[in-house]
Amino acid sequence: MKHLPPERHTLSILVDNEAGVLARIVGLFSARGYNIDSLTVADVSGDHAVSRITVVTNGPPPVIEQIIAQLDRLVPVHRVLDLTALGPHVEREMALVKVAGAGEKRVEALRLADIFRARPVDTTTGSFVFEVSGSTEKVDQFIALMREVGLVEVARTGVVAIARGSEAV
Amino acid sequence: MAANAELTGAEIVLQALTDLGVEVVFGYPGGAVLPIYDALHQQSRIRHILVRHEQAAVHAAEGYARSTGKVGVVLVTSGPGATNAVTGITDAMMDSVPLVVITGQVPTHLIGTDAFQECDTVGITRHCSKHNYLVKETARLGDVLHEAFYIARSGRPGPVVIDIPKDVQILRARYTRPVTTGHKTYKPQIKGDLASIEAAIEMLAAAERPILYTGGGIINSGPVASQLLRDLARLTGAPVTSTLMGLGTMPHDHPQFLGMLGMHGSYEANMAMNRCDLMVCLGARFDDRVTGRLDAFSPNSKKIHVDIDRSSVNKTVRVDLAIIGDVGGVLEDMIKLWRARNHKPADLEQWWSDIAGWRARNSFGYEQQGKELLPQHAIRRLFEMTRAKKPIISTEVGQHQMWAAQQFGFDAPNKWLTSGGLGTMGYGLPAAIGAQVANPGALCIDIAGEASIQMNIQELGTATQYRLPVKIFIINNEYMGMVRQWQELNHGSRYSESYSDSLPDFVKLAEAYGWKGVLIENADGLDAGIEAMLAHDGPVMVDCRVAKLANCFPMIMSGAAHTDMILHEGDTQGERDEDAKALV
Repeated sequence: MKHLPPERHTLSILVDNEAGVLARIVGLFSARGYNIDSLTVADVSGDHAVSRITVVTNGPPPVIEQIIAQLDRLVPVHRVLDLTALGPHVEREMALVKVAGAGEKRVEALRLADIFRARPVDTTTGSFVFEVSGSTEKVDQFIALMREVGLVEVARTGVVAIARGSEAV
Repeated sequence: MAANAELTGAEIVLQALTDLGVEVVFGYPGGAVLPIYDALHQQSRIRHILVRHEQAAVHAAEGYARSTGKVGVVLVTSGPGATNAVTGITDAMMDSVPLVVITGQVPTHLIGTDAFQECDTVGITRHCSKHNYLVKETARLGDVLHEAFYIARSGRPGPVVIDIPKDVQILRARYTRPVTTGHKTYKPQIKGDLASIEAAIEMLAAAERPILYTGGGIINSGPVASQLLRDLARLTGAPVTSTLMGLGTMPHDHPQFLGMLGMHGSYEANMAMNRCDLMVCLGARFDDRVTGRLDAFSPNSKKIHVDIDRSSVNKTVRVDLAIIGDVGGVLEDMIKLWRARNHKPADLEQWWSDIAGWRARNSFGYEQQGKELLPQHAIRRLFEMTRAKKPIISTEVGQHQMWAAQQFGFDAPNKWLTSGGLGTMGYGLPAAIGAQVANPGALCIDIAGEASIQMNIQELGTATQYRLPVKIFIINNEYMGMVRQWQELNHGSRYSESYSDSLPDFVKLAEAYGWKGVLIENADGLDAGIEAMLAHDGPVMVDCRVAKLANCFPMIMSGAAHTDMILHEGDTQGERDEDAKALV
């Protein structure tokens, strides 16, 4: 059943904000051979008690089901939500993209950034750092275009995601 | 003690353990746990059993836990104390044994400096424990201990590690016994969904070839669950098979019991699993040793899986109906519903007739002839000569373990202690010691191999020190028998490093430790040797010399289907292809 085609799933994991919890999650993925495409983690509660981890993973449906069950039985895990299975949700990531160049390339970089609504957050006479956010595809596209006009380096956050609508998960 | 007086961390540990009803701790002292050992010295309610190696402390606590259903407690020092315990912790994780393992740690200000006997205990044990803690504040100790016991024993049981830096053991804080025990978010589902249980009952009532496939979950659920299983078997008339871990839940000679299933299970159990139209898995987990080749596993059956651990469901085998909950409670609801709906056992005559045909193959049979003693016969006689005493049996890992599972009959849960999941050689002697501590009047026998026993042989001293009348019955064939058997079946009989060379004189070794040693040289001396073992009221090590090249059958080779069972020696030998060789 592991030979079914893989699917991309975005999971939200609410965990106790305590030492070692991230290692526990990441170690589970490596120990059992699951994939992590991206991972973000931050404290999301007023009292610093709960962190929200967003993992983008891929695997055949039975493997996704196992990943969720394995995560769910970890003691510090409060809830595991498969946003992909739950329905409409918003996924965003942010990237900082450094581009160096002069002349026409520099102008083109700025023009492309404008189209992608990427904002220059640092400028020298020979370089820009753009902040771009949006879906993974949009960020990918922007970075691909920047390669042609002098890309130097990229830092990206990985995906954060939340369900649409008024309800909390 | 005055109310609200401040205690040292070490005193809090002892007080919390006392409040939790702990009677025995298995451990080994060292620099980073000296404050706890000092507190231990100043009280008399908790007994400490000093082992000779930390791995054995954990196995002894496992033996204690599995023979009583209580949480086993271990106390070891930092660094090597903790790393030596890792094998035992992993063993308990794989076999779902409730343990609390307390490890000392270097003082908090030295953590991360590569201090003497420092290791990252919580890092090392994170994935081989159910949960773990590094306690950095004395004030948290009491709550952590209570929470750890709750986690260890609730849901699917497992080992919990508590790492306590030395300064935390010395500093003072208030300790109050928590009013409620639990964990703020860890609340495993105990009660099975009634609608699903109803569906299960209807499937069971309609089945023409049902089988109950039972496992260690029934033992973990408590002795009542075994009784409920027997009731359900009687009501439904269905045959019952058991995993290695579940032996004892059904009486071995019950007419509906087909014996153990799986790689070295009975022909009738495996054939019935293959041919059934409904499989009800109760507290087992479709382990690879049970299923054999997955795409040929019970191809025409509906499957129901009752398990307390949701991650066990659909892990390797897709099931048609899953019931998450404690198997004891689910069995109780199943029986109630079966009765309420006035179901009668279905007509299973044809099914039982098929089973009778498979049974007639007598797959666990052997022929003892002449002086050369067959290992199966040695264990069979050990069973027959001790069964009236309702012994607790532990084993090491290998051929002797499988022969014991096949030939030794169990009538009750908590009598069979074996390392199933991890397959840890060296488990049996410390486990027998732990069981003997918990059950002082019981006959506790470690059925061992001459190779396995040497992995924790130092524990002979522990039994001597505490006057524990443990018996060790060594099936001595001068080989790591299961390794040799696989070499024979898969690797052209090239016995690479599987001969047990330079064996000690076990009788003299026993005597050196203050044990009685007994030698059984051949079949003629078997009964007399067992009698001599039973007649001695102290610890006895029996060196039982058996046929050197006997192999353990029946056998389903790794990656083979249940229907491809090797019943006898000579059915297969030689080389296998690379895919087969790669399987474990």
